Amino acid sequence: MGGMHGLGPVAPEADEPVFHEGWERRVLALVIAAPTRGNIDAGRHQRELIPGPVYLGMTYYERWFAALCAMLIKGGFVTESELESGLAQGPKAAPRLSAESVPVALARQGSYLREGESAFRPGDPVRARNLHPAGHTRLPRYARGRVGVIEARHGAHVFPDTHAHGGGEDPRPLYTVRFAARELWGPQASARDSVSLDLWEPYLEPT
Amino acid sequence: MAHDHEHDDHGQAPPSDIALRVKALESLLVDKGLVDPAALDAIVDHFEHKVGPRNGARVVARSWIDPRFRARLLADATAAIAEFGYTGSQGEHIRAVENTPTAHNLVVCTLCSCYPWPVLGLPPVWYKSSAYRAQAVIDPRGVLAEFGTWLPDEVEIRVWDSTAELRYLVIPERPAGTDGLDEAALAALVTRDGMIGTARL
Repeated sequence: MGGMHGLGPVAPEADEPVFHEGWERRVLALVIAAPTRGNIDAGRHQRELIPGPVYLGMTYYERWFAALCAMLIKGGFVTESELESGLAQGPKAAPRLSAESVPVALARQGSYLREGESAFRPGDPVRARNLHPAGHTRLPRYARGRVGVIEARHGAHVFPDTHAHGGGEDPRPLYTVRFAARELWGPQASARDSVSLDLWEPYLEPT
Repeated sequence: MAHDHEHDDHGQAPPSDIALRVKALESLLVDKGLVDPAALDAIVDHFEHKVGPRNGARVVARSWIDPRFRARLLADATAAIAEFGYTGSQGEHIRAVENTPTAHNLVVCTLCSCYPWPVLGLPPVWYKSSAYRAQAVIDPRGVLAEFGTWLPDEVEIRVWDSTAELRYLVIPERPAGTDGLDEAALAALVTRDGMIGTARL
């Protein structure tokens, strides 16, 4: 939604608490503790599958809760009838996380860096391809078709467009690409400002 | 803080539909042996009490007084931040970007809510809002004004849209008149919004 108008004021809140409602605490904890057959990209895609008009009307943790329920059903951990009735059926499992293992699990580094050769170098001009996949992607609409400059390269990273859909990690070179604000937004933008995005090589073409 | 959530549900208003549904899901998952409620309490405690912008503030304060640390932070923020023991989920690849008299940095995740948890904790509601995600890239100066931050036109604004697994930490400029302060006193001056870039110190 980057660049859309009409979504209201930002409305910062003074002295905002970490959570506003008790149930929000439990949703965050459940998302971290519950078993999954997906991954972080599949989870993001699940939240993107919420229809736009519904999505815009939901709070952040309502989206997380909706996606968690859907992932638990998809993963075969609970059934729809269990969710509706609240009554557990079938054999009892063993939790993935205990209270003692939480600090270790939260401190764990899950690096996304993998082996791979980068085609572009810092300073190279590149165009973000005009791609509109129906599935998960991390190429924002506002950058598609625009020309920027490779600002940094980060080796190969797990490619979300594949990873979100069960296609494995499919690592691809990752870059930070800087776009002049005027390239993205036209003459209304400041001539000095820029927006940098982290983009995978399949999103880019030489120009 | 264990089971604090239950008290929230016992106020004058009846519990909301979503609160009941979350409670029902938690009970179901506990009954099925899929989650341990004590583990849920430990996760909540971690995010309410163990991580938060105080971590990032210590990193920034050290970067102000130790030029060699600052150089390490700018070269490889993940490793430099790990010197404090701040590691973990959503902090696997951190990049630090420094404000200068001529350039100001602002961080957003237009796709959802990417945020450097080990140094800043969980993001505030406004950071995850549609309004911030939409405006920060097209009108950063307007967003800054909503936070009471006005930058001269000659200051360049660099917006960082964290679209991959890199997480961004803004190193604000050290405020003037703080020469005599030690690291802890300096850290107390560093705000969360300063490290996102919506405020200057």
